[in-house]
Amino acid sequence: MIIGFTLNGKKATVDTRPDRRVVDVLREDFGLTGVKEGCGTGECGACTVLVDGEPRLGCLMLAVQMEGRDLVTIEGLAPEGGLHPLQEAFLECGAVQCGFCTPGMVLAGSALLKRKASPGRAEIREAISGHLCRCTGYQKIVDAVETAAARGGKKEETE
Amino acid sequence: MKEVFLPGNLEELWRALEREPAPRPYCGGTDLLVHLRSGKTDPDALVCLERIPELSGVREEEGGLWIGAATTHARLLDDPLVRARLPLLARALSTLGSPPVRNMGTIGGNICTASPAGDTLPPLYALDGEVELRSRDSSRRMPLRRFITGPGETALRPDEILAGVRVTPDGTYNVHHFEKIGIRRAMACSIASLAALLRVSSSGEIEAARLAWGSVGPTVVVSGEAEQALLGKRLTRDVLEDAAERARKAVSPIDDVRASAAYRREVSGNLLLRLMEHRPL
Ligand SMILES: Cc1cc2nc3c(=O)[nH]c(=O)nc-3n(C[C@H](O)[C@H](O)[C@H](O)COP(=O)(O)OP(=O)(O)OC[C@H]3O[C@@H](n4cnc5c(N)ncnc54)[C@H](O)[C@@H]3O)c2cc1C
Ligand code: FES
Ligand code: FES
Repeated sequence: MIIGFTLNGKKATVDTRPDRRVVDVLREDFGLTGVKEGCGTGECGACTVLVDGEPRLGCLMLAVQMEGRDLVTIEGLAPEGGLHPLQEAFLECGAVQCGFCTPGMVLAGSALLKRKASPGRAEIREAISGHLCRCTGYQKIVDAVETAAARGGKKEETE
Repeated sequence: MKEVFLPGNLEELWRALEREPAPRPYCGGTDLLVHLRSGKTDPDALVCLERIPELSGVREEEGGLWIGAATTHARLLDDPLVRARLPLLARALSTLGSPPVRNMGTIGGNICTASPAGDTLPPLYALDGEVELRSRDSSRRMPLRRFITGPGETALRPDEILAGVRVTPDGTYNVHHFEKIGIRRAMACSIASLAALLRVSSSGEIEAARLAWGSVGPTVVVSGEAEQALLGKRLTRDVLEDAAERARKAVSPIDDVRASAAYRREVSGNLLLRLMEHRPL
């Protein structure tokens, strides 16, 4: 079936089986390999995609559910040729090691900063609590979200 | 390949459900798609309920609140009516899964999964929630306590869906307490949980009590005995220990990967001791 949606700010269509998982469609048909598959069962957050601005899990959503929605993956978060303020902060704070969790962490962090410009550390921890990181120990990820918030990451965000 | 239908209203849903074989309803997919992957279930076709306006949202009705089955946990947590009138449910929802799971998962999915560990169930039992079941030609209501007939089992007929749940909160309860024991704070399936509603008079006497435990029996456990033990008493350690002993007798927990039955039994009682914190000053 043909499914029409918005992908990283542009109109997109895909002709596919309705029962494929969103993580597979985005990776295989659109080459968006920033959408990772860790567990495939909702536990790790690596497959996170913003759907109408909310973090959702690509491994627990079927292709047909993309119809009419606005999807943003890590590839679409930054302005052309630049970095999102949160990505800058991740780099500076050393919040990235192997990088497997990073797309999900950054998308979760960006959704939080849209809801709340200056979250406390407890709120940041809560916002990333559905995302597993096997490398960093989380502190530097929390530091990075805090740093971006302090710089008003919200204002610079591209819509 | 499975057909997946995405009806935009009830009429389209009824038409989809008339197909042979009838597609299996799902909403957030946070239980169903996990079971699909593990091969625990393998329906021929699916119908997703997320786009049906008649099944979602919260409204005041008959002096209580009607909550659409397809309302996500995140939306309920943001809802002013839920926050003001159902603080017990809100507390339980805030412990459920993780932010992305709450953005997808729904209250209807939690109820129909009928897991003893379903976090919305103890509050909905304590609040005497009532489910509304609909098919093209019928609409019926029944208490949630009757709807859930066993672990993973409900009274839903094949042609029916859960449309919503109705709760009439009794504003005279002044203690709204929910606690869940898990292995970690986020994304932890419950080992044991307690939902408690109490009415404590200004002089400190317990005038009414509703208690419901999750994860310590095949379905949610209620104990009239433990409730009785509190009535007319004060929130002292001795009174709560007495109720706790009765609770430990009422539960029928199992051993599983998360905890032993013995631990669950012990902690079911201990969860009551926390109510001491609600003693009027
Ligand atoms: C990582 C992770 C963590 C989780 N943590 C928790 C937790 O802490 N606590 C907890 O309670 N649960 C937890 N869950 C389970 C799940 O998220 C919840 O039970 C959720 O509420 C299910 O809702 P859903 O809409 O996603 O259900 P779905 O998966 O869409 O459906 C679940 C079942 O209900 C049926 N169904 C759904 N809606 C209807 C309807 N309206 N009418 C008829 N049948 C219907 C489906 O056929 C299916 O059998 C977790 C899941 C994951 C993946
Ligand atoms: S791959 Fe989706 S949550 Fe882990
Ligand atoms: S940086 Fe390796 S998993 Fe987070």
